[in-house]
Amino acid sequence: MSTRPRPFFRRRKSCPFSSDSAPKIDYKDVKLLQRFTSERGKIVPSRITAVSAKKQRELARAIKRARFLALMPYVVE
Amino acid sequence: MALYENVFIVRQDVSNQQVEELTTRFTEILESGGGKVEKTEFWGLRTMAYKIKKNRKGHYVMLNLDAPPPAVQEMERNMQLSEDVIRHMTLRVDELEEGPSAVMKFRGERTRNYGDRSDSRPSPAVASDDSKPAAPEAPAASDTPAAEASKTEGASE
Repeated sequence: MSTRPRPFFRRRKSCPFSSDSAPKIDYKDVKLLQRFTSERGKIVPSRITAVSAKKQRELARAIKRARFLALMPYVVE
Repeated sequence: MALYENVFIVRQDVSNQQVEELTTRFTEILESGGGKVEKTEFWGLRTMAYKIKKNRKGHYVMLNLDAPPPAVQEMERNMQLSEDVIRHMTLRVDELEEGPSAVMKFRGERTRNYGDRSDSRPSPAVASDDSKPAAPEAPAASDTPAAEASKTEGASE
């Protein structure tokens, strides 16, 4: 990284699930999962939420399970 | 024996008592196969996110199981046969969770207003948002103070 201040530089956010105090990804925790879906009910890409690749896979699986059990919508009209 | 988590949804026009009867029936089937139900949780009549077989609501029941696979299969087969069960899902888990699941905790929280877990959605005015302007990276909010500190740094740069 250069020392010159770059105008549009944003520090990389850390993964919200990788710290020790992070919440466990669970398909039953709808309130948590809802934070990672858009208003339409779509899963938000990890480049926006800064979730690590491994956790994003886990998260996607949990969201899909919650959808199957109708705890979360597949699509919000 | 293996550990499983099972959630099944019962039709809305079935009474609470019938749901419990169904649950004991499945439990008995499982026990006759040499399994054990570690925990039974009734989530009550919940509004489902979408309609399943023309039902808007459903009784949710969760079972934590410690059973051999054939017993679980037999129980699942019976769930499929039952007209009242509209959906079920069994998952193999590494360990069963202790205490009430997230669904039950959330229900408790809702009754005594919002808990300490701030809702990240920008629409409801949450108390924790007053420290900093509502940022687009809201999903990461309400985590560790370290994460928040790094975020504010990033904004100032």
